[in-house]
Amino acid sequence: MLAAIKRPGWYRAVLGTLVGAAFGVGLVVVLRAISGLPIWQTEQTGYPHVVVPLITGPLGFLAGLGCFDYWLRWAVGAPTIPEDHSQHGARNWKDYFRFNTDHKVIGIQYICTTFFFFFLSGLMAMLIRAELAQPGTQIVDAATYNSLFSTHAVLMIFVFIIPVFAGIANYVLPLMIGAPDMAFPRLNALSFWMLPLAGLLFVGSFLAPGGAFDAGWTGYAPLSTGAPLGQSFFNLGVQFAGASSIATALNFLVTIITMRAPGMTFWRMPLLVWANLSTSLLVVAATPFIAGVQFMVLFDRILHTNFFDFAAGGDVVSYQHIFWFYSHPAVYIMILPGFGIISEVISTHARKPIFGYRLMALALIGIIVLSYSVWAHHMFVAGMFSWLRVPMMFTTLLIAVPTGIKIFSWLGTLFFGKIHTYSTAMLFALAFIVTFTIGGISGVMLGMVPIDIHVSDTYFIVAHIHFVLFGGSVFTIFAGIYHWFPKMTGRMYDERLGRVHFWGTLVGTWGTFIPMHWVGMDGMPRRVADYAAQFGEWNLLISVFAFILGAVQLVFLYNMIVSWRYGPRAEGNPWRANSIEWQVSSPPPIFNFDEIPRVVGGPYEFGVPGARHAIMAGEGAEVKEPQPSVVGSP
Amino acid sequence: MRAGPMLGRLPIVKMLLVTLAGTAAISAVMLSINWDGQEGSTAAPKIDDLLNVMIVLSAFVFSLVMVMLFYALWKFKAKPGDESDGEPIHGNTRLEIAWTLIPTIIVLFGGAYSWKVLNEIEDKGSNPMTIDVFSQQYAWSFGYPGKGMKFIEGELHVPVDRTIQFKMHSQDVIHSFWVPEWRIKKDNVPGITTTAIVTPNKIGTYQLICTELCGFGHASMRAKVVVESPQKFEKWVTGLTKEIPEPFIESIEQDTETNPAEPLDAGGA
Repeated sequence: MLAAIKRPGWYRAVLGTLVGAAFGVGLVVVLRAISGLPIWQTEQTGYPHVVVPLITGPLGFLAGLGCFDYWLRWAVGAPTIPEDHSQHGARNWKDYFRFNTDHKVIGIQYICTTFFFFFLSGLMAMLIRAELAQPGTQIVDAATYNSLFSTHAVLMIFVFIIPVFAGIANYVLPLMIGAPDMAFPRLNALSFWMLPLAGLLFVGSFLAPGGAFDAGWTGYAPLSTGAPLGQSFFNLGVQFAGASSIATALNFLVTIITMRAPGMTFWRMPLLVWANLSTSLLVVAATPFIAGVQFMVLFDRILHTNFFDFAAGGDVVSYQHIFWFYSHPAVYIMILPGFGIISEVISTHARKPIFGYRLMALALIGIIVLSYSVWAHHMFVAGMFSWLRVPMMFTTLLIAVPTGIKIFSWLGTLFFGKIHTYSTAMLFALAFIVTFTIGGISGVMLGMVPIDIHVSDTYFIVAHIHFVLFGGSVFTIFAGIYHWFPKMTGRMYDERLGRVHFWGTLVGTWGTFIPMHWVGMDGMPRRVADYAAQFGEWNLLISVFAFILGAVQLVFLYNMIVSWRYGPRAEGNPWRANSIEWQVSSPPPIFNFDEIPRVVGGPYEFGVPGARHAIMAGEGAEVKEPQPSVVGSP
Repeated sequence: MRAGPMLGRLPIVKMLLVTLAGTAAISAVMLSINWDGQEGSTAAPKIDDLLNVMIVLSAFVFSLVMVMLFYALWKFKAKPGDESDGEPIHGNTRLEIAWTLIPTIIVLFGGAYSWKVLNEIEDKGSNPMTIDVFSQQYAWSFGYPGKGMKFIEGELHVPVDRTIQFKMHSQDVIHSFWVPEWRIKKDNVPGITTTAIVTPNKIGTYQLICTELCGFGHASMRAKVVVESPQKFEKWVTGLTKEIPEPFIESIEQDTETNPAEPLDAGGA
């Protein structure tokens, strides 16, 4: 038993959590005693006896699980346990529940964890739509309703969309650039394990007195600074999700910059790699802002600082500026990796080089630069200085240009190709082009101040964000999951069930989110548990489509689970793609490559006679390097 | 190697004609519906016109994407069993410049048009009537400083065809003032005074809706809005008995103005 507790693992993690939490409580008690405050009294919104253990408990868990073992040994000068790489690879399902430094194991840990939260949050969406099916209050009261939509959004954004892309890239990206692993495998594992903690904090807030956080995912002050205890769970959950996100982005940056296979110049990188490079540049610079602003709210709540307390000279609107300085770039964090996925899928299944490869890469850079200059378009009616609105409107409208370049370039890729639509991944990629165009169009309308004044904070916004996040990001996620499923699991999924899932999702998405534009323009505000009776019929229709959309996701779940276990064996390269991850077995060997491949050309040279992207080990001699003139766009 | 001329092999004219037909069809359907509901202020038709122009431009972009997508799917779909690759076309610089420049022109036009509309709808005119809006969880109340500081809860009366300048204050959290028929919305922020300009031009009864999440009572935080003739309004406002209570007067006096004439002055004074 003692040995089990000494070894990194779940026993030690449980113990670590308890010790960490007890330390937190002790710290509060001692500090209060020293300061002469009543030891057990909890301020109205403070509850330091709960909040501090919420920080120390999870840290104890991570320490117990073994996230810090190597670093701590090194730091105190103890002999580090030499890497025997026995942790690499997963031999059975239990290995996925361990601290594991293999990027492929971590990728799958990420994807499964994030999809768990996707389904949990989807259930909340079903409850929300059930409540909204009719005017009046039927299923949940107004306070619970506020908690539900807040948690729904927070789970989807912070522990599904942002990290699932990190999961897909974690698995695929090192293979794609011909690297044996990520640059910092231990940091990679730590990044992953912070994620379920963030999710548990968000969900755990339902147990807090006063209910789960209910100020929306935006958590605007002063509603959030005066909210019950649940809000602190949000403030802290964002810290863990944000730290995870920043560490992963750093890892991707170093991996992409330093670990590309010989010959892989920047202009020979697949666009998924470009997309993750751009996303990571956004994450490392923007995420500290949301971490900071949530700490400011937390400090206002438990340390009685006055960042946002207007009565004490705080500035309420500044919360929104800091929040959106992260959260607008965050919408690109939530879509750029998807752009990368779509480029891979479309080029492969159209058997054509990406149209305008270099402009595609430059458009990504254009988007990240512009995305830092548009945040205040979320605040056109917020009461900020009115002269800020017009410049922000123009930058917002201009960001449609690089996005449009991407849409047209994907379409251009299809022309004179040989388009195969048997793969569900390709269906999602093609549908993405259409739904994302609609989301982009409503985005341009929202960027125009006079239209925004009318539709801001209405269902038009709800429609827009779901078109870009569900019809956009989630469609790309499905495309990516289907595309790399054979590579990750070594099995093929069922294309027939895939098509059921695809058509159900497409119809469900349009049926649910198109009418929301109309009710919003016509006068229905968002974030309301009850609404005027005139919108009753539209809302019933929306709810029916939402239930279809929800139900059809179960087909996806069934397909994935059953195919992973029983699907037919996948070949190394079932889609006949060029990029390096498809040139190894499915699933890839534990250390990816016996010998690092040599990159000799662009990744999308379909139809170019004799063109090669990479030369794998053991076949080097007979393949000649093609002339550089055929590489890249003219 | 160079691929053959790409555009020359496509029925560009036909594709454009179908796109224009699609634009016309979508615009015809979309413009026949009044999306924003009843128009009740001078700003409303201006905003709705902007929206309609955007609907036509959007219909064009959407039709173009659909025509390109479905033409490609129809013409370049692989035959079953065909394992060959497509043509190695890597791009077309002229085309890429075109789809960078044309959207840029479209959005810059949209931006300039929006700017013009914004200036028009926020024009105060020469003699606006000031009304104070007070919000708190979960109720609205209104003060008439030009009419002897008269005060009323839950019901807003304004004269028709007169430019109103609303000065908005919040006592607790952020609320937002929205009358859909006026197309005007503005947050009420604790600690600062925000401003909105409206010229109601249609007599009738409307609803004021809170559009910023403000707590469990958010959905029901509404007030009645009555737009009436100047005579009726004068009679109504002189009939009011209460004056603006002390805490509300405090927020009028102490809140910071959001838009000083010269922005850089804001920090100093």
